[in-house]
Amino acid sequence: MYRDYILDHYKNPRNSGELPGATHTYHDSNPLCGDELTMQLRISDGHVDDVRFSGKGCAISQASASILTEEVKGKSLDEVKRIDREHVLANLGIPISPARIKCALLGLKALKGAAWGLTAWPGEEVKAK
Amino acid sequence: MRAPASTLDVARIRADFPVLAQTVRGKPLVYLDNAATSQKPRQVIEAMSRVFEEHNANIHRGVYEFSERTTAAFEEARSKVARLVNAPSEREVIFVRNATEGVNLVAYAWGRDNLKRGDRIVTTVLEHHSDFVPWQQLAAEVGAEIAVVDIDGEGRLRRDQMSAELCKGAKLLALTHTSNGLGTVNPVREIAAEAHAAGATVVIDAAQAVPHTPVDVQDLQADFLVFSGHKMLAPPGSGVVWGRAALLEKMRPFLYGGDMISRVSVAMTEWNELPWKFEAGTSSYVDAIGLGAAVDYLCAVGIEKIHEHELALVGYLLPRLSEIPGVTVYGPRTLDDRVGVVSFNIEGIHPHDVATIFDREGVCVRAGHHCNQPLMTRLGVPATTRASFYLYNTTEECDALTRAVHAAKKVFGV
Repeated sequence: MYRDYILDHYKNPRNSGELPGATHTYHDSNPLCGDELTMQLRISDGHVDDVRFSGKGCAISQASASILTEEVKGKSLDEVKRIDREHVLANLGIPISPARIKCALLGLKALKGAAWGLTAWPGEEVKAK
Repeated sequence: MRAPASTLDVARIRADFPVLAQTVRGKPLVYLDNAATSQKPRQVIEAMSRVFEEHNANIHRGVYEFSERTTAAFEEARSKVARLVNAPSEREVIFVRNATEGVNLVAYAWGRDNLKRGDRIVTTVLEHHSDFVPWQQLAAEVGAEIAVVDIDGEGRLRRDQMSAELCKGAKLLALTHTSNGLGTVNPVREIAAEAHAAGATVVIDAAQAVPHTPVDVQDLQADFLVFSGHKMLAPPGSGVVWGRAALLEKMRPFLYGGDMISRVSVAMTEWNELPWKFEAGTSSYVDAIGLGAAVDYLCAVGIEKIHEHELALVGYLLPRLSEIPGVTVYGPRTLDDRVGVVSFNIEGIHPHDVATIFDREGVCVRAGHHCNQPLMTRLGVPATTRASFYLYNTTEECDALTRAVHAAKKVFGV
């Protein structure tokens, strides 16, 4: 599960930090682990001009987000909206146990929230004050 | 650190627990998550199977032999629990599903009628969510205030702060006997005496205490004390509220329905006597009977001996774990007033990654906030890795744990 590229993404996250001029931002967390993740997009002409994420948490959540940012740069907003969980899990390339699924998908959840311009994930409005 | 010597025949004890002979990914199971739930001995499993196979029938209802036998076994379990915690009367022992339901019973049936706007609830940052959230919500509902007493750097309750808060006046003290996150044992008797002097009713969460140390409700001067069976060799679904009869008699019921009544007419209902007034519906009687068998097992081994055994394991593990570079241990550094819970973190590795790697080594530990989020916030960490012992654990398993720490460090290159 902890393959070299996973640990590499965890220790040297790609597209990490604050994104100047971000047009879309979404923050999410996984209270069970204490994982925190913010995904920021700069969209121009319907395309992802740039993407950054920041957060702290387990290797799986952080590596998954890092891998995802590499993939979405340059994609159209519609393409980003179509990325699904199966795709993210396949891209991770490691077996994820049921207990760790939420970690693996936290980056996707934050990315979708940002891409759809949400202020809160449907059903979680109370949590995101 | 001088640990007491264990006098338990652990090999013989382990032979009673079928699950301990299992392997995980080809490695022997090293089960160190006993603060979450304990494993079950054959004696408990068989006591429950006997009910199903030999005389299952609903309790307190049937006027036939099987129902009478099952009722007798259920009430015998109540007697065993009463003796275990030195309850003055079996009438004061109420079977519930778990400690959480127990606290809710007290919060609903006592708290709602006795706490009002401006009253003060004193509790601690060590509480499990089960002894915190019910009071937090009740306080919001009735307009009561909550004071949360802090801990010191070793995870021990700030006694000065506790005294100061109680001196300001309190209607309720909600106190954990033993911390599930750090293993700290609180000076319950002393604090309960101060609380009573301040006019407070004392609710003790003993979920981590009754399985591991002798607990005497009269000696502690508690008013209510709750615990779960599943952490003490019994099945999930068995839990206990002990309460003073004088308080229980004045309380309204928690749940309404069958078995908790003495007479029902279209216009009104009279409640059953204690303890059945608080046991609405068909109770988890087989689980309660399993708890009775677990009490027999624990008493035959000796709870004081179990406590000493666990301290011996902590005495063995703590120095070995603490000397590993990058490991931070939380909670008491000595063997005084503690149980066999060891919470720690490895620098640079999230506890969930730690637990995943431990799992590959066959080592089961809890990683997360342990239903202790206020405590995690106080410690300044999102989560910890927690190893917790019971009577069947060994020093070899402590070695497996430290080996797993080295394995995790190797994987992460820290």
